[in-house]
Amino acid sequence: MIKRDLVIIGGGSAGMAAAIEAKRNGIDDILILEKDGVLGGILNQCIHNGFGLTEFKEELTGPEYLSRFADQVKELGIEYKLDSLVLNISKEKVVTYSNAIDGVVDIEAKAIIFATGCYERSPGAIQLSGDRVAGIITAGTAQKYLNIHGYLAGKRIVILGSGDIGLIMARRMTLEGAKVLCVSELMPYSNGLNRNIAQCLNDYNIPLYLSRSVLRVEGKGRVEKVVLAAVDDKMKFIPGTEMEFECDTLLLSVGLIPYVSLLENIDVNISSTKGAMVNDQLETSIPGIFACGNCLHVHDVVDFVTEEGREAGRAASRYIKGEISKKVKIKVNPGNGVGYVIPQFIETDLDHDVTFKFRVRKPIKNVFVNFSSGETVFHKVVKPVLIPSEMVMIKVSKDKLASVKDEITVSLEER
Amino acid sequence: MKEFTCIVCPRGCRLTIDDELNVTGNSCPRGAQYAKDEVTNPKRMITSFVRVKNRENTVVSVKTSTSIPKGMIFEVMDEINKVGVDAPTHIGDIAIKNVLNTGADIIITKNID
Repeated sequence: MIKRDLVIIGGGSAGMAAAIEAKRNGIDDILILEKDGVLGGILNQCIHNGFGLTEFKEELTGPEYLSRFADQVKELGIEYKLDSLVLNISKEKVVTYSNAIDGVVDIEAKAIIFATGCYERSPGAIQLSGDRVAGIITAGTAQKYLNIHGYLAGKRIVILGSGDIGLIMARRMTLEGAKVLCVSELMPYSNGLNRNIAQCLNDYNIPLYLSRSVLRVEGKGRVEKVVLAAVDDKMKFIPGTEMEFECDTLLLSVGLIPYVSLLENIDVNISSTKGAMVNDQLETSIPGIFACGNCLHVHDVVDFVTEEGREAGRAASRYIKGEISKKVKIKVNPGNGVGYVIPQFIETDLDHDVTFKFRVRKPIKNVFVNFSSGETVFHKVVKPVLIPSEMVMIKVSKDKLASVKDEITVSLEER
Repeated sequence: MKEFTCIVCPRGCRLTIDDELNVTGNSCPRGAQYAKDEVTNPKRMITSFVRVKNRENTVVSVKTSTSIPKGMIFEVMDEINKVGVDAPTHIGDIAIKNVLNTGADIIITKNID
């Protein structure tokens, strides 16, 4: 069987950053497996600008951002295979992939980095009611049709969900000649960035209806009408609040889910983010299998994906060189107001700083973020505003972590 | 006094600007400049695509090299829709020079072999 030091599954932002960093940390035998025909993943279709502010101190489009990393992958001579789909991975770290040239191939890897990204929630996943007709598609699919292949998914559009992809697509489709009638959001607040509401909706007078969702879709063969209705605080439709929109397309931007089915197959522990549970080395419950990027938890900014990819690249390098030893097992729990925290465990030791990443459950102002162990709060940070759509990152120094016993809880406390 | 959301970066600061063009709420100098532009001459970047003539079902992404007057967005889109390019394309290639005398070029943002 072919043996490799490091196999990286996914050649998007996370996978490329992981590969580059592993190479720089002395790992030469690296293979990236990418299912698409080009490196770069989802950034290929994100042609809008706004990427790279942290990384490059400038605003790039998605393709420009990815090309800087793809160029490095090529310059460093890192091997990658395109159009290559990973079919299976085993607990023994055997990766099975397939492509048109190699056929079906098994590779035994010393370490695997999982960087497979995420997928969009489907109409079925949100129990969309009404006629089963053509013209109901996810915002990301419409984005691919438009920005890669050059055609509009429809002419009169209703968008459900105010996540960033939905907002970005509202503007893109408007620019290309479609009429976007409205964006409807189930929650009382938008999950998109404020600036996207300003520049994608307000600039083009596209209304955003909060606390409203699709009551039903009507049509024969193709979407003809979408009926929205207001929801109460228990997410139940309120009779008499119906609004009807004659349209040919309903775009869904209703959430992203980490793509980890290959990890689930081998019983890797999965967290509430639907991604793998990881320790402070981004290592899953199977030693030597690491996860990073949107397949670990869905990020809002690609620069953070890149950074997490690098972190995984460094960790996998240490693992391959036999430099990771596990001395503790400290569980990290989300407490009051916190949806999830990464890492879920600290396992190496408490001798290094740890950056905790988390999201709050709902928008909240003027709070303390408390890091506690037992009854003791060992770290406290003031935050003026926290919203679910912005991931929070807080670095805790090793000095503060030294007092931790067996568990850490991250929770919010009103000031 | 006017209030709006800054679109310079993903942070999305809430800006206010008074009649003397004093800006508050910004976290960086670019935000202050954006607020001033927004009340005097609002501008936007545009990203779109142009057809790749020698490839089937393929388009290549483009952007304005600098922001253009907000009121000209759809006129500039009409110009973008008129042109096509041949592959291979390179990031930074110019598809339209000084589009509609805005001072902005339409430049390619994707490498296609």
